[in-house]
Amino acid sequence: MSKFNFIINKKWCKTCKICVDFCPKNVLFLDENNKVEVRNIDDCTGCMMCEYRCPDYAIKVEVNE
Amino acid sequence: MAVHVQEYLRLDKMPHIWCPGCGTGIVDGALVRAIGNLGYNRDNVMVITGIGCSARSNAILDFNTFQTTHGRALSFATGFKLARPEMKVIVITGDGDGSGIGGNHLIHTARRNIDITTILINNSIYGMTGGQYSPLTPTGSFATTAPYGTVEDTFDVCKLVEAAGATYVARSTAYHVTLLEQLITSALEHKGFSFVEAITQCPIGYGRRNKMKTPTEMLKWQKDHAVNIKAASRLSEEQLEGKFLIGEFVVKNKAEYTEKYNKLKEEAKKEGDFNGKI
Ligand SMILES: Cc1ncc(C[n+]2csc(CCOP(=O)(O)OP(=O)(O)O)c2C)c(N)n1
Ligand code: SF4
Ligand code: SF4
Ligand code: SF4
Repeated sequence: MSKFNFIINKKWCKTCKICVDFCPKNVLFLDENNKVEVRNIDDCTGCMMCEYRCPDYAIKVEVNE
Repeated sequence: MAVHVQEYLRLDKMPHIWCPGCGTGIVDGALVRAIGNLGYNRDNVMVITGIGCSARSNAILDFNTFQTTHGRALSFATGFKLARPEMKVIVITGDGDGSGIGGNHLIHTARRNIDITTILINNSIYGMTGGQYSPLTPTGSFATTAPYGTVEDTFDVCKLVEAAGATYVARSTAYHVTLLEQLITSALEHKGFSFVEAITQCPIGYGRRNKMKTPTEMLKWQKDHAVNIKAASRLSEEQLEGKFLIGEFVVKNKAEYTEKYNKLKEEAKKEGDFNGKI
């Protein structure tokens, strides 16, 4: 299991691609509607940059206990 | 426990009105995490804004909020702070709102060193009204009011407020979001007039007209053009050409306005009849 848990709110995502382009580990992609999607969760380092740089608060990264 | 912005939003106002990739939300996120990590009671926080896209922050942030008139947020904030000095007062303003129509209010609020934290969201343009250039639009940039590029020089708004008397002055960008949060945290904890300029992107009003087609290109521009003040002294003038500084520029202690004012009030009360002064 990944150390991190993603809560993605596709309704708030405005398809800007900032999270995808600046993820240092290529964890994130856009789906067929250009909304954010988590694919390589095992590579995530929990740097939080996607949550912090998402202008629309569509990503929440939680650390699994 | 980690602070997540989602817990500080008015959910009935979400999704917010800003365009895809707009930097305003990134700055507000840093502000919310700073407030959350400092453990302020949100009922003690007052966010005051003027007019513009950046000013719409007050719609989504679940603190006490007050949207005022264009450029005048700092004047309302001054009155509010004098009446309720125990409250944490934060002004969110834009480059047009804060340095254009509200420029006079900005310098005088800084001069008084009143305990207000101001975050100036500098997206280089009047976003809300469709892309007119502001006093902070880089010279030569294109705007609806500058179809051949602006010929005007810009303010360095950090130097402006420093000269006017601000006792905390700093700058970061939406790309440098962790630094931005740190600087906002220090600004909130500072007693006196604190000012943080956040360089952000307006992909719609500025980027499209200025050869940056995507929000990502605009964030890359921020990354490539910002130099941390701690590294700047090791760089030559040539290396700094076309770059701007980020980091903490001013931290100083000076008597704060509401404290001085209240002390004066107490002394005047003791004197009763004002000793025939009036
Ligand atoms: C007294 C007055 N003059 C002009 C306007 C029109 N107006 C609304 S927003 C704005 C510019 C805002 O620019 P900025 O502060 O840079 O904010 P942004 O929208 O880019 O976040 C102007 C001129 C107004 N609302 N009130
Ligand atoms: S940064 Fe946010 S709004 Fe932009 S694509 Fe990613 S999740 Fe969607
Ligand atoms: S937390 Fe960091 S590594 Fe993980 S998805 Fe977000 S940006 Fe990528
Ligand atoms: S016009 Fe610019 S500043 Fe306003 S919401 Fe759109 S991108 Fe943001």
